[in-house]
Amino acid sequence: MSLYFLCLVLFSVGLYCILRKRNLIKIIIGIAITEYAVNLFFVLVGYKMHGRAPIHAEDQAILNMVDPLPQALVLTAIVIGLAITALIASIAIRVYEKYGTFDITKIRKLKG
Amino acid sequence: MMQNPLPLFIAIPLASAFLNSLLGKRIKGFSDVLSSIATLALAAISIYSVFLIKDVGSIVYKVGGWMPPIGIAMVMDSLTVFMLVTINVVAFLISVYSINYMEKYTEKGIFYSLFLLMIAGMNGVIISGDMFNLYVFLEIAAISSYALVAFGTEQEELEASFKYAVMGSLASSFILLGIVFLYSYTSTLNMADMAMTLLTNGPSRIVLLASVLFLMGFGLKSALVPFHAWLPDAHPSAPAPISAMLSGVLIKSLGVYAMVRIFFSVLGATPEILSILMVIGSLSIVIGACLALGQWDFKRLLAYSSINQIGYVILGISLGTPLGILGGLFHLLNHSVFKSLLFLNSGAVEYSTGTRDLQKMGGLREKMPVTALTSLVGSMSIAGVPPFNGFWSKLIIIVACVQSGHFVHASWAVLASIITLAYFLKVQKHAFFGELKEGLSNVKEAPFFMKFSMIVLAIICLAGGLLMLPAVSGDFLKAARDVVLAGQDYITVVFGAIK
Repeated sequence: MSLYFLCLVLFSVGLYCILRKRNLIKIIIGIAITEYAVNLFFVLVGYKMHGRAPIHAEDQAILNMVDPLPQALVLTAIVIGLAITALIASIAIRVYEKYGTFDITKIRKLKG
Repeated sequence: MMQNPLPLFIAIPLASAFLNSLLGKRIKGFSDVLSSIATLALAAISIYSVFLIKDVGSIVYKVGGWMPPIGIAMVMDSLTVFMLVTINVVAFLISVYSINYMEKYTEKGIFYSLFLLMIAGMNGVIISGDMFNLYVFLEIAAISSYALVAFGTEQEELEASFKYAVMGSLASSFILLGIVFLYSYTSTLNMADMAMTLLTNGPSRIVLLASVLFLMGFGLKSALVPFHAWLPDAHPSAPAPISAMLSGVLIKSLGVYAMVRIFFSVLGATPEILSILMVIGSLSIVIGACLALGQWDFKRLLAYSSINQIGYVILGISLGTPLGILGGLFHLLNHSVFKSLLFLNSGAVEYSTGTRDLQKMGGLREKMPVTALTSLVGSMSIAGVPPFNGFWSKLIIIVACVQSGHFVHASWAVLASIITLAYFLKVQKHAFFGELKEGLSNVKEAPFFMKFSMIVLAIICLAGGLLMLPAVSGDFLKAARDVVLAGQDYITVVFGAIK
């Protein structure tokens, strides 16, 4: 139970980081933390205490296996997260080239 | 292949995106021709599917030959076909428009690659019958749209793209979290199988939690009012064809369609969720309209107007009555047509005059007759003036509101419709009518391909009202409505189609 709770804490840390930080890079780190929290939770959903790897062989009974599906899905989710992080980081670099700052309170060309 | 065109909707745009990035730079004009042919083929196949689905009812494609619920399924029913036609026809016209418009940007090949990837993602979201697959395609479409918003790489574009990307990836996290909760409860990812498990297990708090997460996630994607802050920055900053694509179809396929599919077909629409959606819809209608009224930037005004119109779609669908859902879906189709048209108009004006500020325009009617006429058609449609398509769909939504006893929502809808008329009269008055401003005397009409797309979209606006005729709408609009109404009968549809 405490594992799930820690997952929630991690997710909240990420959300706080996105909402409250002014530095673009810190916001990107916040996004990464939220994604990790969701991925971690996904793996935990399929996890079993003292479970074993889900390998099916002739001489083994199917007993006490962890659920392999979330692990496969989380791999995909991590790759997607990497793509997002790479794209946002490159946008942040371009923003820095144009504005000369990472501070979001000074990057305010758009309003209304 | 022609009995089961489902894989083509993803294979064609993915393959042409790949070829574009490979050969687009080497051969001049290659990417223009390839993208137009690819999107034309997609539009043709989607219209062919309307007739195909009429006889068969539903088609399921088993990816890799694995049987669902273990393997991934792609499902085509009437609602899917309805969305596919909307997306691919609009995408074809926008692709043709880009041939001329994108001349002023470098790297046309990359533009078309991202554009086609976005179409692949949207088509994937529409035809996916598997929760996680839906998430993956949603991300493909979303990531390419982040990149496309930043395509100009000027200050505003980058700022808008950053904001959009942060909001969008947060929305994706919420959606994934919702999928995780549903998976932990049902132990399956196939949508039909999930719906069946939920039916046998009965109501649960986990489903409620997942619904709230989906509401946040897809609400952010479709820019409903409490979650709308990114849209007025992101949509105007993109190049005009992409603004048209984002406002016209992206927020509908990623937001509205996914929400309708999950809430109606998988979770089963409960009255609580529907009433929340109704309130959010009304809020979007009123707030979007009021904010649009004060804008002087042509594209920003159109972006706020998108929030307003998406509210009508959500309000109609969330009524849950046959008439309301019909109106909502019809307005979804109409909005994608006239909003793309208006964004293309704004692009044509920007292309010729170099400005988006309404106060600097004036009297463009004499210099740009085609743009002025088509934008008049678009404005009248969106404001709901009788012969055009927008009138019919708004009328149906308002009548459905009154019929089901929601008088307050109906009065909001009528009021906002009047405000819509007001701000589009403002656009017409300041941009196209009146005296020709100084410095605009050398303005030329937009080139051929841009005119072509605008004229075709205007004709669809004019002819859209014909969809109300029972003979025409029976297999297309009404069939899509029946899918939404049938709700969790989705299970029998999917498992019935697997042989």
